[in-house]
Amino acid sequence: MSDINAATETVAGAPTTSTAPAPAKDSNTAPAKERNASLWSDAGRELVRNPAFMISLGYILLMVSMAIVPWLWTSRDPAICDIKQSKLPPFTGDHLLGTSVNGCDYWSHIVYGVRPSLLIALLATIGITFLGVTLGVLSGFFGGWVDAIVSRIADMIYSLPYLLGALVFLTVMRKSELMTRSQNSQVVVIAIVLVILGWVGVTRIMRGSVLAAKNLDFVHAAKALGATNSRIMFRHILPNAIAPVIVVATIALGSFIAAEATLTFLGAGLQAPAVSWGVMIAGHIQYFFEYPYLVLVPCGFLVGTVLSFILMGDALRDALDPKLR
Amino acid sequence: MTEVSVDFSPALRGTEQSAPLLQVEDLRVEFRTRVGVAKAINGVSFEVNSGETLAILGESGCGKSVTAQAIMGILDSPPGFITGGEIRYRGVDLLKRTDEERRLVRANKIAMIFQDALSALNPVFTVGFQLAELFRKHRGMSRADAKKRSIELLDLVKIPAARQRVNDFPHQFSGGMRQRVMIAMALALDPELLIADEPTTALDVTVQAQIMGLLGELQRERNMGLILITHDMGVVADVADRINVMYAGRIVEKAPVYDIYAKPSHPYTKALLESIPRVDLKGQQLNVIKGLPPNLTRIPAGCAFNPRCRYTQDVCKADPVPPLHQIQPGIASACHFWKEVRGE
Amino acid sequence: MGRYVIRRLLQFIPTVLGTLFLLHYLTSVGMQLTGNPVRALFGDRTPSPATVEAITRKLGLDDPCLKSPGNPCLELFWQRLGLAPRNGTFSGYLQGDFGTNLRFREVTDIVSTALPYTLKITLIAFLVEAIIGIIAGVLAGKRSGGFMDYVVKIGTVLVISVPVFVLGLLVQLFVSVKFGNWLRTQEWVPEVISRGLFGAAYKIDYPFASLVIPGVVLGLLGLAATARLTRTSVQENLRADFVRTARAKGLTGKRVIGVHTLRNSLIPVVTNLGLSVAVYLTGAIITEGIFNVPGVGNQIGKAIFQGESMVLIGITTMLVLAYLTITLLVDLLYAVLDPRIRYE
Repeated sequence: MSDINAATETVAGAPTTSTAPAPAKDSNTAPAKERNASLWSDAGRELVRNPAFMISLGYILLMVSMAIVPWLWTSRDPAICDIKQSKLPPFTGDHLLGTSVNGCDYWSHIVYGVRPSLLIALLATIGITFLGVTLGVLSGFFGGWVDAIVSRIADMIYSLPYLLGALVFLTVMRKSELMTRSQNSQVVVIAIVLVILGWVGVTRIMRGSVLAAKNLDFVHAAKALGATNSRIMFRHILPNAIAPVIVVATIALGSFIAAEATLTFLGAGLQAPAVSWGVMIAGHIQYFFEYPYLVLVPCGFLVGTVLSFILMGDALRDALDPKLR
Repeated sequence: MTEVSVDFSPALRGTEQSAPLLQVEDLRVEFRTRVGVAKAINGVSFEVNSGETLAILGESGCGKSVTAQAIMGILDSPPGFITGGEIRYRGVDLLKRTDEERRLVRANKIAMIFQDALSALNPVFTVGFQLAELFRKHRGMSRADAKKRSIELLDLVKIPAARQRVNDFPHQFSGGMRQRVMIAMALALDPELLIADEPTTALDVTVQAQIMGLLGELQRERNMGLILITHDMGVVADVADRINVMYAGRIVEKAPVYDIYAKPSHPYTKALLESIPRVDLKGQQLNVIKGLPPNLTRIPAGCAFNPRCRYTQDVCKADPVPPLHQIQPGIASACHFWKEVRGE
Repeated sequence: MGRYVIRRLLQFIPTVLGTLFLLHYLTSVGMQLTGNPVRALFGDRTPSPATVEAITRKLGLDDPCLKSPGNPCLELFWQRLGLAPRNGTFSGYLQGDFGTNLRFREVTDIVSTALPYTLKITLIAFLVEAIIGIIAGVLAGKRSGGFMDYVVKIGTVLVISVPVFVLGLLVQLFVSVKFGNWLRTQEWVPEVISRGLFGAAYKIDYPFASLVIPGVVLGLLGLAATARLTRTSVQENLRADFVRTARAKGLTGKRVIGVHTLRNSLIPVVTNLGLSVAVYLTGAIITEGIFNVPGVGNQIGKAIFQGESMVLIGITTMLVLAYLTITLLVDLLYAVLDPRIRYE
């Protein structure tokens, strides 16, 4: 399911309710900070001991290194293809994974294909986190008309099935200069669309956390002592509400990678000559029955990446949820 | 569904009408949790007869509700396990019977009323459905007959306009009315023993008195045995015949109700009595019991009450646990210094 | 209940308008940034300006606002809704006009031909999700930490991690092609199974059998979420007081779970089942594409491939309206299931 909002809700339901810590009667910031420090260091210790998390993290680090320095992983240029050497099976000659239908080295495409997917996911995740946290905090903290406007817009976006919305917009945009000029421009446009349709989940979680945190005693106390609104938000409320957002963001990274691949598979995402796993899958689907590995190999890398992010998110949630200890 | 219980008139196999209604003998229950084993009940014994009201008194967490659930056979297991003892209904040890036999004892022979009727009644079914269900499943009645009986029951517990209210949902009733519904439900199959677990705790004081009055009245009419579980000494005084005081999973004092008020024999009972605000002592400092009830995973050696007791001496702090000393017929105290406590 | 329904209906209208506007705005901005989509329809050929203009006008894309980026094109929005006249006539969604394709075939016509297939696979998907999801969830919730509990936990993570098209491709390759090919060499297997049920694509000769596997793939999407939600819901309700009451009433275990736990647990599950239709809308584009089912999803795929923006917008609008209607119905159903809302 590449639906980010559904995914965040099914996977990250727990932390919204669980992050409200035991109320501290003390008015200064020290207890809140200490509690957070120990929450994070406890969580860190727990994660290091969690094999699923460590394996996933290792896999993701491998993928990230491919995205940053692909030339360390393959000496071939993915753009140099020999149509006469098309569809070679894996392990022929020096083609580790064989060649594509256009005779390009498949392994080099896998390596160079990481970057756009990861970049889209990263940009989109940063976008929804920034937008979601800002809007969530504002509407949770101030309530009133700010809350009303944000919530109504969120409702509207929530009523538009996520992928369908992205599909329509990107299809209309497909022939535009933005989507044909360069790979980077495609990446940015797709990321922006994913952000526009994807910020609702984080906003709702954040708003809930802020509403819960607002009623904690130490926040009341800080207010009574004359702390400013911004100080209360950044020093008292945010640290307490951020844990579930981190969980959701981790899972969102995985969901966005899946979303990009799905959009590309449907012909509305990245377009060749851009190199990405989605493009590789979409480009070879018509040879699926004769040469299934041409589709299954990029699928395997894709699923591995998405799964890793989701397992990491799950492990993070368990580690950050004090109730489960 | 064809229930085995269509005709339940023959009593549970092997029961004797002459035997006491309910005897609990050295009952032990523990909860096995991740943090450790909590010993919730550590050898509790008592007896209830028809027409009699036994009050089990104690703070929350002393094991009184667990005792009730163990008798009913509705202990959540895991984590709760009965590790020893007997629960004899008319001479038959229920713990040795099959699940199916125990199921048929519930509601038919022993019924229970819970503390919070709002959460104890299913929110998505009408009160009538939840009452009629008993008649349909245990007595094999038709829907129409079961509904008629349900209305009669609501009348019995004095719910006004029972014919209309039978179609209402629990959240449409007031707290007191809801508790009346619970009572009606418990009495539906004419049980011989009723266990009421804090039946009035969630209610206003005036409503409390009405509900207790109703319970007492119905008990006398039907000659039922009643086990009244409460932490409220005020409630106990009016209705109970005998009182068992529990602390940390043991009974620390047994006595008829008047004796306990007149002359408590255990420091804990005495402290409880002193912690009740009294009009004649207005203006004086209220005596509260210092400290907290013990953690059931780490019950203190010796008498469990010793860290909070003003009579404590070295003998109290070491095992064995003080036994129940028989003081007079019907009065017993698990205190080494019962004489001092009674002022004798 | 009346007030709840009215409030919900009143909320429905702005939500519909808002969502349709959002869709309208996204596509308008797309066109403003891209230029006239009609030009794209001709691919490499360069049509005469007169042809382009004629088609553009016919498709209702001649509004000058589509040339100024960022303009919300409100006038066009009202025209599309059918609330403002275009060339003197009202023809919009309200009048049942969802646009035409390049050959001036009505979108409503395209959808109505394709709809039966999509309804069929959606129905199969829904049944798979509801039946298997609820059964698996109940089994998992009944025994926390048991075998089914792990199956459901791992299944959820897997289904969320494997994009639909990967799942579809895998099923097609291993079940329909590899296993299907083997089946087709076996003489004892009837054709409806070997060619219909396990065919790699939709076949007109087996109008229902060949839709089963695409439907199951589609249903797998929501299956894990349903199972997981049922599991948590059952776990929560099993700890509820009213379940203890049901046990105290001497009801059979089957009835305690099947009536008193399930009825309450299913309230959130039903809501979720309704919402999973949204997942089907996008999922159908992919599964219908992979298995070549001539349904609505396939038409969307075709429209994307051919760059028929107006068809895409028209179909999407209809789907969004269907989706919003379903969410409304789910909300009303919620009130039927949960009396606490009904009497708010």
